[in-house]
Amino acid sequence: MKNNLLFDFTVDKASKMVFVNREFDADLSLVWDAFTKQEILDQWWAPKPWRSVTKHMDFEVGGQRFYAMVGPEGQEHWSIEKYTSISPKSNFKMLNAFADKDEKPELPGSDWDLNFSEQNGTTKVSIIIKNESLARMEQMIEMGFQGGFTMTLNYLENLLATLSK
Amino acid sequence: MRRDIFQAIADPTRRAIITLIALQAMTPNAIADNFNTTRQSVSKHLRILTECELVKQEQQGREIYYSLEINKMKEIDKWLNQFRKIWETRFNQLDQVLSTIKKQKK
Repeated sequence: MKNNLLFDFTVDKASKMVFVNREFDADLSLVWDAFTKQEILDQWWAPKPWRSVTKHMDFEVGGQRFYAMVGPEGQEHWSIEKYTSISPKSNFKMLNAFADKDEKPELPGSDWDLNFSEQNGTTKVSIIIKNESLARMEQMIEMGFQGGFTMTLNYLENLLATLSK
Repeated sequence: MRRDIFQAIADPTRRAIITLIALQAMTPNAIADNFNTTRQSVSKHLRILTECELVKQEQQGREIYYSLEINKMKEIDKWLNQFRKIWETRFNQLDQVLSTIKKQKK
């Protein structure tokens, strides 16, 4: 795996926008599939030990994905992604909102704009997330933070094990 | 009602007040002079900022001066770092998924 792949993450607090750019060592059609096919999405979308479980996904304009982030203790956070625009292998836009288990959205949500481009076998994904409120961003973190933190601890544990050998 | 720093910075006037008092402690009147709004409205914003513990008040003679709590502002950056961390984790997972799929295709 190439380790000089770009990753940047910036937040404009004033406009409540989040910008995420990342390169992947894979061709465009594979990366596009990873973002648009439920069986691949569910493998990486949730930071471990959380799991992403998609109940149904209809990737077309007007269609939506209804999925849950399932925590290690079985806690479920449901969300809806409604696709508003799709240009295959180049761009798609969606509205993301938290929901209850009966697929009733909790508005407002956030607007997502995802761009894909390939250069020399490396695919760049640029994501712009426009949030209605910062409180909502805080909610997104509450769902994912536990996962990230556990990852860090696991990493530390492995590192300590290696160092003590 | 819950008061937190994110609520504090969610409003453009409050963000402007934060920018003003980051440079120097100011009285409510001096702050209000910078806005096309009523003194009451500025007082309301200052009250919210105080409740969020983002600003502190200091009595000097007959005047009250407002200044910024720098440490509280740092909390925002700490919080944003967590958000960044989630994306990093998520994308590292995607790297692994992509490399697995590529191997299967070969």
